[in-house]
Amino acid sequence: MMHLARIRWLAWSGLLSLAAARAADAPAPESYCDWLAHDYAIESPLCGLQGSPQRGRALAADSHAGNCLACHQMPIPEEAFHGTIGPPLAGVGARYSAARIRLRVVDERQINPLTIMPGLYRDPRLANRVAADYWGKTFLTAQQLEDLVAYLVTLK
Amino acid sequence: MNLHAVLSLALALAAQAVQAEAVSGYRFLDESTRAMQDDDFENPGLVAVDRGSELFHELRDSEEYSCSSCHGQDRVKLDVRQIARYPVYDPNLGGLVTLQKRINYCWETSLDRFPLTPGHADLIALETYVRNRARGEKVDVRTDGEMAALLAKGEALYHARFGQLDLACQHCHVQHQGQMLRGQKLSQGQANGFPEYRLGQGRITSFQQRLTECFVSFRAEPFEAGSEEYDLLKLYVTARGNGLPIETPAVRF
Ligand code: HEC
Ligand code: HEC
Repeated sequence: MMHLARIRWLAWSGLLSLAAARAADAPAPESYCDWLAHDYAIESPLCGLQGSPQRGRALAADSHAGNCLACHQMPIPEEAFHGTIGPPLAGVGARYSAARIRLRVVDERQINPLTIMPGLYRDPRLANRVAADYWGKTFLTAQQLEDLVAYLVTLK
Repeated sequence: MNLHAVLSLALALAAQAVQAEAVSGYRFLDESTRAMQDDDFENPGLVAVDRGSELFHELRDSEEYSCSSCHGQDRVKLDVRQIARYPVYDPNLGGLVTLQKRINYCWETSLDRFPLTPGHADLIALETYVRNRARGEKVDVRTDGEMAALLAKGEALYHARFGQLDLACQHCHVQHQGQMLRGQKLSQGQANGFPEYRLGQGRITSFQQRLTECFVSFRAEPFEAGSEEYDLLKLYVTARGNGLPIETPAVRF
């Protein structure tokens, strides 16, 4: 018994110090605010920020920013090519609350581990072989993420 | 798991089941691009075949041999069935050997020339010329023996998530094949057309160069040119298309 407990303790302390070492090695992610998912939702806005639906719409359409149109059809008629990989987003604001939309854009993998939908605000230290320019950065900033949520809730 | 997750899981598994049949990138193209590939006067990849032919027959300065000394004028002594087997396992050459590596080996040892880098236009032209000899032949990579373990490694890489977008090859080319990524239709990402002419890039492109583009698109650090990872991916992806006709040089966007 004692033996087992000791092994478990060793394993844990080993893991923890490994995790601590990794966290110390990695450069601090740019203003990364931790978030907590509960009941398939993230209640509090990231870093307590307030989003703007106008900016969110522009981000979704811009292929160098959110690039949501790569995979989703959206009510953004002025852009020609909309992807068909994800579900169409018209009506998403009627399907889900802001808190539920927030988790889906922050990290859809909390809901579907196999999904292709990129985690737009996952902890950047969890990613593998990230190109140098993007090292330690989330795909979108917390402000951009909140802008998108503010826009998506208007799609009723 | 909620209902949504269960449904997406079922869909993903269904997509994988459909995937059992290999489909060439050709079948995902529009009519005009197919017509361009099929017509040797229109297909811009034939320029690379011609360049490869020059290199194949070329005797430099005081050299005694060209590739054609051993492999015949117009590559007639190259066995099309053997070309279709690449990548192959050859313990004498250190294990897994891609067609590029095989050509480079001849270049270096038989012709006594300085080896070419993986992205060198001459090496890609030679590869195009040689592979083009087996056009129409069915891809026939061995999957047993030593290959089995290597294939498993390649498959693991194919399913590993990379980059800031944290995506794996299988996300685009298995789960979502046939769907539109903005303006582009996702194919199975098969290797039977390589080296292939890319209309968007305006040049002949090796398998490795195409993969590097995929990596850059999801913001991943590409593997090093000539690395083991690229060869393992090439092996897995090529074998996944066993039975498809070789199309070199294919035309793709
Ligand atoms: C590479 C493809 C891809 C990109 C890029 C992408 N998505 Fe998605 N998205 C998906 C897929 C696929 C799903 C379905 C979820 C699943 O697979 O479980 C999804 C789901 C969603 C959902 C939940 C919708 C629902 O009805 O359940 C929202 C909201 C969403 N995406 C928003 C966005 C926004 C906003 C962006 C851009 C900033 C974006 N997505 C970029 C593929 C993508
Ligand atoms: C974000 C989406 C995405 C991911 C992830 C991705 N690719 Fe691609 N790939 C594409 C697109 C778009 C094309 C061009 C259209 C097509 O043929 O699918 C392409 C084309 C290809 C082709 C050329 C197919 C042909 O017939 O010419 C190959 C081979 C390929 N990809 C392999 C891979 C491998 C191996 C990986 C992983 C290392 C990978 N791709 C990851 C989007 C992706």
